[in-house]
Amino acid sequence: MAVSGLIMLGYLVAHVMGNLKVFFGPGEFNAYGHWLRTMGDPVLHYSWALWLVRIVLLAAVAAHAVSAYQLSRRDIKARPTAYVHRRRGASYATRTMRWGGIILALFIVWHILDLTTGTVHTGGFEEGKPYQNVVDTFSTWYGNVIYIVAMLAVGLHVRHGFWSAAQTLGVGSARRDRALKLIANGLALVLTVGFISVPVAVMTGVVS
Amino acid sequence: MKLNLRVWRQKNADAPGDMATYEVDGISSDMSFLEMLDTLNEELILRGEDPVAFDHDCREGICGACSLVINGDAHGPERTTTCQLHMRSFQDGDTIDVEPWRAAAFPVVKDLVVDRSAFDRIIQAGGYISAPTGSAPEAHATPVPKADADFAFEHAECIGCGACVAACPNGSAMLFTSAKINHLNVLPQGAPERETRVLDMVATMDEEGFGGCTLTGECATACPKGIPLPSIAAMNKEWLRATRKSRR
Repeated sequence: MAVSGLIMLGYLVAHVMGNLKVFFGPGEFNAYGHWLRTMGDPVLHYSWALWLVRIVLLAAVAAHAVSAYQLSRRDIKARPTAYVHRRRGASYATRTMRWGGIILALFIVWHILDLTTGTVHTGGFEEGKPYQNVVDTFSTWYGNVIYIVAMLAVGLHVRHGFWSAAQTLGVGSARRDRALKLIANGLALVLTVGFISVPVAVMTGVVS
Repeated sequence: MKLNLRVWRQKNADAPGDMATYEVDGISSDMSFLEMLDTLNEELILRGEDPVAFDHDCREGICGACSLVINGDAHGPERTTTCQLHMRSFQDGDTIDVEPWRAAAFPVVKDLVVDRSAFDRIIQAGGYISAPTGSAPEAHATPVPKADADFAFEHAECIGCGACVAACPNGSAMLFTSAKINHLNVLPQGAPERETRVLDMVATMDEEGFGGCTLTGECATACPKGIPLPSIAAMNKEWLRATRKSRR
């Protein structure tokens, strides 16, 4: 869970930085999209680097999902009887890890079908024109709702996930606890605000 | 004080159980929670009913025998053991739910008594040091840095009551196991078995059917001895170190 989660987290940080290029206009954003395919040139063939990233990510998603399934099954088996007197325990981010993860998995499917393959895209998907595609998606009410809800889920997931990964890998300690929680909350906030700024910008007309 | 108790009653390990309601009167706020249950049991015996079975021993908060989930909290609302919980923590007329530890690895024996021998088997797997018997060695012969001694003592405080498992939504024994491993692994006396200890104890913990850790932190909140949550990270660090070393 920890290693695959950190791989995906590293990708998200790169992803949000790329997304923010949308604020520099269609020229720069589309050029950035093109660079993602020529990355590693001339050593690598066109879009090989991108496919390499995709393969690593796919492996990380699969490993994360499989270990989440195994862990959940084991945990449910270890506590077969619930307490009669129920009590709200851990934080919201902690309690929503499982459902949050499922929501994120479904979101990723939609997100790829919408902006990578264009299968469920509305407004005429055009490959190589990511700026226009992004504006199209966030011009629909459901595109905004799905995206913003998913990004809030990302924030919650990262908030508990990053700190937990540090514990799993044995990096956590009483002395480092405050710093680790601060980094986890900081990452969650930066990712959520960074990602949500794009649909908000389209809605308010800053990006059009 | 007059209280309404809802207590888990279960005849034996195989019988189905349910919550039974009792009214107890004449409870002093200075009584411990166990003394309140004693009062209830005296009444039940006089009425010719089966008294409520519960674990207890020292009643000083140091043996780890008492084990009740009170209103959904392991050891009740205060950060202490059930025997050191006093009735002044409750109000007159309160309804109090009393349940046994709930975990697949801690099956109910009767009423509020659970079988915690899974913890004994984890200890048997490595919760000891190999030392020659005989008279106690000179204490200064083995110097221990102050910080290490403090770390070891913090974890040695674990009394093995199982509140961590009871509080964990996953029925995980990570806090208990980590306390025992950290206590011995940081000291020179525990060094010869440092790697086998963590590998064997964690393997036994898994075999006993405890759940996995999702770091909800409920264990450390419930622990009457204040074993901190980062203990689990320290154990994971030891485990990763041991797996690296044993591969060599």
